Amino acid sequence: MMNNYKLWFKISVIACAFLIALIAGAFVILAVGGNVFETYWIIISMPFRNFRSLCEVFTRMIPLTIIALGICVSSRCGINNIGAEGQMYMGVVASCAVALHCEALPKFVAVPLCIIAGALAGAAYGFIPGFLKAKLEVSELLSTVMLNYAATQFFLFCIRVPLLDPNEKTGTPMSSRLPESAVLSKFFRGASLHQGIILALILVAVIYVLLFKTTWGYKMRAAGASERAANYGGIDVPFYLIIAMCISGACSGMAGAVELMGVQGRAMSGITSGYGFSGIVVALFAALHPIAVIPASFCFGILLYSQVNLQILTSVPPNLVETVQGIIILIIVSVQMVINNPYALEKFRKRFFTKKTGLTEV
Amino acid sequence: MENTEIRELKVRHITKRFPGVLASDDISLTVGRHEILALVGENGAGKTTLMNIIMGLYKQDSGKMFINGEEVNFKSPNDAFDAGIGMVHQQYMLVPNMTVLENIALGMKSCWKGTWVDLDSVRSKINEISEKYGLVTDPDAYIWQLSVGEQQRVELVKTLCLGAKFLILDEPTSALTPQETDELIILLKKMSSELSIIFISHKLNEVKALSHKVAILRHGRVVFEGNTADYSSKDIAEMMTGHKVNITENNEEQVNGTPALTVKNLCVKSDRGFYALDHFNLEVNAGEIVGLAGVSGNGQRELAEFLNGLRKCESGTYTFFGTSLANKTPGEIIASGMGYIPEERNVEGIVPSMTIKENLILKDSESSRFSSHKILKNKIIENYAEEMMSRFDIRSPHINFTAGSLSGGNIQKVILAREISRKPRFLVCVYPIRGLDMGAAEFIHRQLLELRTNGVGILLISEELEEIMNLSDRIAVIFKGKIQKVLKKNEANTKQLGILMAGVKDDE
Repeated sequence: MMNNYKLWFKISVIACAFLIALIAGAFVILAVGGNVFETYWIIISMPFRNFRSLCEVFTRMIPLTIIALGICVSSRCGINNIGAEGQMYMGVVASCAVALHCEALPKFVAVPLCIIAGALAGAAYGFIPGFLKAKLEVSELLSTVMLNYAATQFFLFCIRVPLLDPNEKTGTPMSSRLPESAVLSKFFRGASLHQGIILALILVAVIYVLLFKTTWGYKMRAAGASERAANYGGIDVPFYLIIAMCISGACSGMAGAVELMGVQGRAMSGITSGYGFSGIVVALFAALHPIAVIPASFCFGILLYSQVNLQILTSVPPNLVETVQGIIILIIVSVQMVINNPYALEKFRKRFFTKKTGLTEV
Repeated sequence: MENTEIRELKVRHITKRFPGVLASDDISLTVGRHEILALVGENGAGKTTLMNIIMGLYKQDSGKMFINGEEVNFKSPNDAFDAGIGMVHQQYMLVPNMTVLENIALGMKSCWKGTWVDLDSVRSKINEISEKYGLVTDPDAYIWQLSVGEQQRVELVKTLCLGAKFLILDEPTSALTPQETDELIILLKKMSSELSIIFISHKLNEVKALSHKVAILRHGRVVFEGNTADYSSKDIAEMMTGHKVNITENNEEQVNGTPALTVKNLCVKSDRGFYALDHFNLEVNAGEIVGLAGVSGNGQRELAEFLNGLRKCESGTYTFFGTSLANKTPGEIIASGMGYIPEERNVEGIVPSMTIKENLILKDSESSRFSSHKILKNKIIENYAEEMMSRFDIRSPHINFTAGSLSGGNIQKVILAREISRKPRFLVCVYPIRGLDMGAAEFIHRQLLELRTNGVGILLISEELEEIMNLSDRIAVIFKGKIQKVLKKNEANTKQLGILMAGVKDDE
C-alpha cells in the first residue's frame, strides 16, 4: 500500500506527458494544414476498426517489446544502449544467413535455430560496447551510435553481395525469400499477426524474473543504481555491465530475426523500420519495467500503425508520426526530472492520497 | 530595515507539519542582542526545519516571527538576507573551481553592474570583514585548494559580506578537525560581541564552551531552555535524549589474540598520484579494537579502501589470518571474512535507490541462505530484513522503503546490521558515528564492543579522540601516511594524541 501512491504518481506523470505531446503534435498538424481532430481520430480509432487492424498493431508490438526488454536490462545496469538498431541489423543478417541454409530442416528445428543465430549476433555486437565500457571506460553513447553506422553499412553490403537474391534481376538489393521452414506462421488467414508474439510474451516473463528474482538481476540493478556501492559490496561491476549489454544486444538481435521471419520474409533495406530507436522510447515510457513494456509498446504500436492509415486517408504526411514520436522522447526525458523530484511526489500524495491513507490534512 | 541592528529575534508558536510528522510543534524562542543560542537535539528533532522556517525556505503552518518587536514574513531566503539574517549550511555552497573572491561576488547583488562585476569593491569588503573579525582568507585562492575549515571560513566571510547581523550555523563543526573546531569556537566568541548567533550542534562540549543560552529540541518541541552555565553537559545530554546517557566504554582487559590483520611496508597512491601511505605498518589482533587516530586526509581513506580491495597498492604486504590479500578484488576480501563500514555511508555503504531489504543482502546475494541456483529466496530475505529491522532498531515504515531516504543514523544501522550479521572475522570502521546523534552513536558503539567480546578484531578509524579513547585497546596515530606511534589505552591521553596527530614526534 505504501508504494501505491508512487505508482499512481508515475502513471499520472506519464499520462500528462502523453497529453502534452498530443497538444504539441496538434500544433504540428495545424502547421502542415491538417485537421487535428480527424488526424488524431484516425490514429486512435483505426486500430480498433476491425480485428485485422488490431493484428497490425500487435505485429508492430513484437519487435518493439523485445527491444524494449533488452533496453530495460542495459539501462537498469547503468549503461545506455543506443545501439539497438545496429544490433537488430546484425540479428537480421545472421538469422537470414542461417535461414537460407535451412531449407531441408523441419520447422521446429529451423525456427529456433534462426532466432538463436539472431540472438547470438546481436549479443556479440552488444558485447563490443559493453567490453569497451567495462575495460576501457569508453562512453557507450559514443560506441553504440558509431556501431549503428557500421552495422547499417555491413547489412547493406550483405544484401548486395553475399545474401543477394540470384533471381533478382531488377537490381533491388535484397536477399532471397526465406524457405518455408524458417518462416514464422501466421495465426489467422489475412491477418499479419505471427508466432513471434509468443516469443515476445515469454521474454517479458524471462526478463522480469531475471531482473527481479535472480541474483544476476539483483547485481545488475545494484551496479546500475550505484556503481560505487556495488563495487564496495563485492559485485564485479564490469562483468555485469558486459553481461547486460550482451542480453540487451541479444534481445535486439532476436527482434531482427523475428521481424525478418515473421513479417518481411526476406532481408531488404529498411527492414528495421527504426524499431531500434522506438524500442528505447518504449522502454523509457515503461519506466524500465518489463511488465509495463507491454502497454507501452501497444501505445507505440498504435502510433506506428497510424503512419499507414494517415497516408491513405489524409493529406497529413505520415512522417508526422515520427515528429510526434520525437516530441514524446523530449517530453519523456524532461518528465524524468519530475518523476525523480521528491517534492512533486509529496505534493501529489498530499493532494490525492492523504485522506485515503488516514493521515489528517493540516 | 537595511542597517538596523537586530536587537531581538523572536519566534512564537511556530508549528510545521510534514505528512505524518510534526516537525515543529508550537516552538517559541527568543534570541537577544549579541547572544549565542545553542540549539541542540538529536537527528530528526526538528532543528534544521526550524532554521529553514526562519530563513524563509519553508513556510510555517502557524505561528509568527518578530524582529525587534515587528512582525516579519519571509517568503524566500532573500527576504531573510535583506533583514540581516545569514545562514551557513552543513553543506557548503561554494563553487570549487572559482576563487574565494568570485564565490563571494556570486552572492553579492550590490557589486553587479549590468554585465560587469565590480570585483574590487568585493575585495575591499572582504578585507574589511576579515580585519574586523579576524577571519583570515586569501581572496585569490581557489576553493578546491582550501581545507574544509578554510572553506567554512569563506562561507562565514560570504555571509558577513552580504550584511548578516544575525548568524545561523548548522552543525558548523561536524566536518572540522579538533584544532579547527577550537579555532572556530574562539572566533565565534569574538564575533558575538558584534552579532547574535544561533548555533546548531549535538556536541555538548562545544555548546558548553560557546553558548550563553541553550534550547533543547525533542520531537519538534522545545523541552528545555536555560542559561548554559547553569547546567552540566551530562544534564543537557539527558534532557536531549530523554533518558540517562551511558558513555560506552571499553573497560575489559585486553586479550592476547592471534594476529588478524598485518600490513607491512605498505605504499598506496592517492587519487592525486602522491603516496598517501608511505611504508605504513600496522598490526591488529583478533579480539581487540585498534583506534587509528589522525586528522582526516593523512591516508585513512586510502588505507580503508586498500584493506577492502577498492584500491591497489604499489608495494608492501597485507596478511589476513595468514593469507595474503594484497590487491585482491573486493569480492575475494569479503569472502575471506572482512567487514567494512565505509566513510561515505550514503553513496558507498548503501545503494540509495534500492530498498532496505535489498541493501541488507548486498554482499550475500549469492549465499545459499538467500538464493539457490541464482534465484533469490524472497520470503527468507523478507523475514531476515524484518529481523534485522527490530534487532538493530532501524526506524523505517517497512522493509521496502528506499534506503537513501532514511536518516543518517538509520542508514548506518542498515550497514551495521549487514556487516555484523554476516559474522565477520574482522571489521574496518571509518568514522562510524560522524554526524550521528548520541542515541545512535551509543547504539553503534555498544555493537562494536560486543563484536570485540566475540573475538572479532576491529580497526576503528576516527578523528574523534573521545570515541577512540573510549573504545580502543590500542591507539595508533597516523600522520602523512605513516604511523607516528602506537600507544596502549592506559598510556594515552587526549593532549598527547593531539600533539601526535599534529605531526610532532615525541621522543621519550
